[in-house]
Amino acid sequence: MDRWRRITAQQRTLPGDDVPVVLSVQGTHGPVIHAVSAAARKRGILTGARVVDVQAIHPDLHVEPGEPAREVKLLDQIALWARRWCPWTVRDGVDGIVLDISGAAHLFGGEAALLRDMATRFRMQGLGARLAVAPTRGAAHMLARYGPAGCICGPEDMEVALAPLPVAALGVEDKTVQLLQRLGLKTLGALMQVPRVALMRRFDRVAAELNPLVLLDRALGREGAPLDAPPEPPRWLARARLAEPVIDPVPHLEGLARDLSGQLAKAEQGARRLRLTIYRVDGEWRSRDVALAQPSREPAHLLRLMEGKLEGIDPGFGFDLLTLEALVAEPLALHQDHLDGARDAGRDVAALLDRLTARLGPQKVTWSAWVESHLPERVERRQPALRGEGEAVPVLVRERPLRLLEPAEEVAVLYAVPEGPPAQFRWRRVAFRMVRHEGPERIAPEWWRDKAGTRLRDYYKVEVVDGRRFWLFREGILGDGRGGDPRWFVHGIFA
Amino acid sequence: MNADSPIGQVISLSAKRLVQDVPAPQHGDAVLRDVLSGGPFDAAVTGFVLACLPEGDKPVLWVSDRMSRRENGRLYGAALGHFGFAGKVLRVEVSNPRDVLWAMEEGAACAGLAAVVGEIHGAPEVLSFTATKRLALRAEAAKVPVWLIRSGDHGALSAARERWRLSSLPSRRHPYNPAAPGPPLWEAELFRARGRSPGVWQAAYDGAGQPKRSKDRLRLLSRSGDGPLAADHRTAADLAGG
Repeated sequence: MDRWRRITAQQRTLPGDDVPVVLSVQGTHGPVIHAVSAAARKRGILTGARVVDVQAIHPDLHVEPGEPAREVKLLDQIALWARRWCPWTVRDGVDGIVLDISGAAHLFGGEAALLRDMATRFRMQGLGARLAVAPTRGAAHMLARYGPAGCICGPEDMEVALAPLPVAALGVEDKTVQLLQRLGLKTLGALMQVPRVALMRRFDRVAAELNPLVLLDRALGREGAPLDAPPEPPRWLARARLAEPVIDPVPHLEGLARDLSGQLAKAEQGARRLRLTIYRVDGEWRSRDVALAQPSREPAHLLRLMEGKLEGIDPGFGFDLLTLEALVAEPLALHQDHLDGARDAGRDVAALLDRLTARLGPQKVTWSAWVESHLPERVERRQPALRGEGEAVPVLVRERPLRLLEPAEEVAVLYAVPEGPPAQFRWRRVAFRMVRHEGPERIAPEWWRDKAGTRLRDYYKVEVVDGRRFWLFREGILGDGRGGDPRWFVHGIFA
Repeated sequence: MNADSPIGQVISLSAKRLVQDVPAPQHGDAVLRDVLSGGPFDAAVTGFVLACLPEGDKPVLWVSDRMSRRENGRLYGAALGHFGFAGKVLRVEVSNPRDVLWAMEEGAACAGLAAVVGEIHGAPEVLSFTATKRLALRAEAAKVPVWLIRSGDHGALSAARERWRLSSLPSRRHPYNPAAPGPPLWEAELFRARGRSPGVWQAAYDGAGQPKRSKDRLRLLSRSGDGPLAADHRTAADLAGG
């Protein structure tokens, strides 16, 4: 929810605080609620309910699509960020992070101070967090979700702290929770008092991570639950610290590029995305990004990409720190040129793509991709060249013009004939007289995509007196009930 | 010797009065070529350049400026197959001619490209003799054919090794429908060239509609229909010189 609020606030105005907002995901029987806002929680809207049901009760409900996969990714990032407090952190399920703070809490002035620091920093990020400290991972997991806010429990009062929690806190299946409640075991305290043998017999077929007895043992520290923290992803970063602030970054770039390419070469990696950042003396920073079509670690190539980018960078009163970072790196083994000295053509083109995109922008350098559509302007889709390979030209059955006007331009009919295209028309202030024509080829609107009331088109290939060939179309036919007289447009030019 | 023909060339009737093919621009020699448009809104230039592009699976870089896209429309990728082109086109669509020239120079230096085609409308100042000279030198160094399509330009100074002017002619007869326009026919005028003699031809594209490119896709016919103008012109020039 907080992630959605942060992202949406950048693009449009958020709905007011009193409007209930929910994020929905696709369930088995239509959309279900995945997360709720504070206002929605106050009204009693629960996660897991179906959106249509809740909409019937609360007509003012504001529904937004949820992105569970991205939320998990964000949690992974937060887990890495949380290494500021302790070295062992890992994502816990899809809604939490576990930190192993043994031996780290005293650095922040005790556990209470550490929790306060965490709460403040999460709030600064715009994220809400429920925090709990416990001697075992399982107990912390339960207390953070079901216990009092910011609770700290030591090894001696662990059983006391866990006893009032509901059995759902164990994180077992709904079926098991239901069974335990039917047995009268509503809290963990009640579960602890049941003889272990009886519980084990009842749940001996359940897998260990869903078995209430095993989970309880883990929470109480009777069984180990080690933390498997992922290694920190490598960072490729070259720094240049300057003794005095300077204005022009160009002389330092070569050293940076050499340093970075040395680091990348040691790990057999090539950069796909580069970021150059300057840290100004007044505390500001400016950065420029460059993307590459193929991984590369050639300092000369990296330098050429940066060349055109530095003109718009504002050095202010000068800067004293310069970093060049490879944001995305991919494996790149050593590569040998051909023995006859010829260079690899594919690599040449990739380097060209990099240079063109770096200077002109990703939207201007494109490959064509093809869409199955009858409407001529929809057949071809342009995709940025760095995003992927282009597709070869498809074989068309019908003849199409070599040049297409986008959008089609209206022509003035000078001399209309009952059948076929106008015998004389004026386009761009020039009068044309038709000699031969071919057609019509009727292209109907795509009702699943176009607005209602879009008119069909009848295309004609028209040759005028001096031999130029145009692709004219009439929009609509007389009496189709979608507007007045049909109009004529020129849409393309044949070779 | 005969008298001058209306197009300013000497025609001597050859013994075999057959229509002979004049070699189309060779793709082997990678040089800069200018193609001028004979009139406005004429796509003959585009068709001629496409028919002359070399075969192969290397991509073609196609650069255009905003004015030429507005005047003549965008290159429509789906129709490239009509001119036997089956490869990939890397499209660069920029706003001003300066960027077009820069992108073409970058492309002309890249041996991984099959060809570089640039479109510039009008005669902007940046498209000077020096700029075309740079392009020509780069193309010859990297052995990449470079085509510069200049619409709305009446032949400003250029260092191109060959300069063509293309305009549409009334199309050939449609095989089935006399009232319909048939396969395209263009008037191709080579008005300045290094290493070959200029001339005026009727150019026709034969491979239309065939997915596989045939060897002689582009046919250049002498306009009089009697003999190859270029060959005759050379002999005439030799005679005049001798």
